[in-house]
Amino acid sequence: MNREDFPILNQGLIYLDNSATTLKPKCVVDKMVDYYTNYTSNIHRGDYSNAIKTNQAYDQVRDIVKDFINAKDSSEIVYTTGATESLNMIALSFFKQNLNKDDEVLITKSEHASNVLPWLVLEKEKQIKVDYIPLNDEYELTVENVLKKITPKTKVISIAHISNVIGDIRDIESIGKICKEKNIYFVVDAAQSVSHIPIDVEKANVSFLAFSAHKMLGPTGVGILYGKKELLEKMEPLKYGGGMNQNFESTGDYDLKAAPIKLEAGTPPIAEVIGLGEAIKYIQSIGVEKIHQHEYELKKYLVNELEKIPNIVLYNKNSKSGIVTFNLKGIFSQDTSIYLNHYNIAIRAGNHCAKILKDDLNIKNTCRISIYLYNTKEEMDRVIEVLKQSKDIFKVVI
Amino acid sequence: MDKNVRREIILDHYQNPVNRGLTSDESYIFQNTSSESCIDNIDLQLKYEDGKIKDIVFDGEACAICTSATSILIKTLLGKTLQEAEDIITNYKNMIEEKEYNEKVLEELIVYDEIYLQPNRKMCALLPSNALEKILEVIKDEKEKKKSVD
Ligand SMILES: Cc1ncc(COP(=O)(O)O)c(C=O)c1O
Repeated sequence: MNREDFPILNQGLIYLDNSATTLKPKCVVDKMVDYYTNYTSNIHRGDYSNAIKTNQAYDQVRDIVKDFINAKDSSEIVYTTGATESLNMIALSFFKQNLNKDDEVLITKSEHASNVLPWLVLEKEKQIKVDYIPLNDEYELTVENVLKKITPKTKVISIAHISNVIGDIRDIESIGKICKEKNIYFVVDAAQSVSHIPIDVEKANVSFLAFSAHKMLGPTGVGILYGKKELLEKMEPLKYGGGMNQNFESTGDYDLKAAPIKLEAGTPPIAEVIGLGEAIKYIQSIGVEKIHQHEYELKKYLVNELEKIPNIVLYNKNSKSGIVTFNLKGIFSQDTSIYLNHYNIAIRAGNHCAKILKDDLNIKNTCRISIYLYNTKEEMDRVIEVLKQSKDIFKVVI
Repeated sequence: MDKNVRREIILDHYQNPVNRGLTSDESYIFQNTSSESCIDNIDLQLKYEDGKIKDIVFDGEACAICTSATSILIKTLLGKTLQEAEDIITNYKNMIEEKEYNEKVLEELIVYDEIYLQPNRKMCALLPSNALEKILEVIKDEKEKKKSVD
C-alpha cells in the first residue's frame, strides 16, 4: 500500500531489508527540506521568528511521540541519536548507578548487540550478573520461560519487543505485569516493533523503552528514549554541555535542568526530530494495526510458498511479524543475497547483530527478508520465482 | 579466459577446497581474517620450513569467492619460497585492485582477473591474501631476528 509515497520504488527495486532501515516517504523528506530551506535556526536560544518556529516544530514532536506510545507525560520522552544510544544510556547511566554487585539482569540470546554489550560492560565493571532467558524450540521467548528464570536477585529484564532475527513478538503486557509484581525494572527495545505493532508503555508497565526513527519511515540520526518520569529524574547524563545546564560557576558548582532536557546536551539533530514527527503522523494516518496485518499476511503467504521449495531452510516460520529468516541449503547466505541483488531484490545476509543467537540456532549466518507496508504480493511472487530457479545461482554470483 | 571455464574452476574450489580443516600443530603460524564490509570469516595456518612453504590449512565460513580464493591461493603457494610467495601475493593483489600485474606468476589465480567488475566482491577475494601476507610478515620478522642473533 501507499507505494506512490515512496519515489525510490519507481526504479524497479524490491526492498526487503526493512529491519535494517525502512524507506522514507516523500512527506518526511519534504518536511526536513522545508526546515533546511526555509527556517533553519537553532533551538532553545533565539528570539527571532524562525527560531520560534523551529522551537515549536521541535518541541511538538515530544507530544507526538508521547501519544504514539501512550506515555503519561511528554517529559518522559528524551531525544537521542537512536536505539543504540538510548540502550547505552539506560544501562551505562541509570543502571550503573542503581545496580549492585550480584544483581541479575535477564536478557535473551536473540537480542541485538546494543541490548547485550552495554550489559556485558556493566557485568565487568559492577560485577552484576547477566543471564539469558531460554528460548523455546522455535527460538521464541515465552512468558513461562521468563517466569522460570526470575530469581530473588533479578533486578532488570531487558528484551526486544520484536526480535530482529526471529521476529517473534514478545508478550510485553504479561511480562510487564510480572515485573510490576516482583518489583523488577522492565526495559523494552522497541527498535523492530514501534512502527509495526501498537505499543502502550503504561499498559505494559515499561520502565524504559528505546527505538530509532530510521526504522519507522523517519531519518537516521535520531531516536527516542522513553523513561518513567521518576526514573528519568534519577538518571544522570552521559553528556554535558549546552542546553542542559541551569547554571555553572567558576567555583565548580553547577545545576542541571530537569529531565528530559538535562539528558540532551548540545545541538540535537533538529531536522531529524522534525522528520520523525512527520513519520509518526504518516504511520498514524494509516494505522499501525493495519500495517501489521499487511506485513503478516505477506509473510504467511511467502512462508507458505517457500516451504514448497525443497532446498530452502526456514528458521522462523511461525513468528507473527514480517520477518522471514532462511538459507538456501549448502549456500553461504552472502552468496544468496548477492544472487537476489542481481534481480534487484534487496535483503540482508549475516548474523544481524545478534551474534549469540548462533549458540541456539547452530548456524552463524542467515538471509533475512523483512517486509513493510509498501511491499506487495507481486513482489513476494517475484522472490519466490527467483529462489525457485536458484539452482543456477553460481552462474549469477561467479 | 572463457567465462564458463573460469566459473567452473572457482566453483570447484568452492565446493571442494584444498586443505580444509585446522591443525593443532603449533609449528604453524595462525592468522584469522574477517572484515567490516562482509561476513566472510576464515582462519589460516601456515607451516614454513627449510626456506619453503610446507603446508597451509584453513577453515571458516565464507562466500564462494572468498572460499575458492583461499583454496587457490593455498594451492599456488605450496612449495614456494618466501620471496616467490610474496611476489605472487603482490601480483594477485594488484590484479584484484586493477593495477599492473605479472600474470605469469599467478597460475590458476588468474581466474579472478575480472573480479573488479563486481567491486563489492573485491574484499572477498582479498581477505585470504591479506591474511597470508600477514603470516609472511611474521616469517620475515622471525628471519630478521635470527639474523641479528647470529
Ligand atoms: C532489535 C534492535 N535493537 C536495536 C537496534 C539498534 O538500532 P540503531 O542501530 O538504529 O541504533 C536494532 C537495529 O538493527 C535492532 O534491530
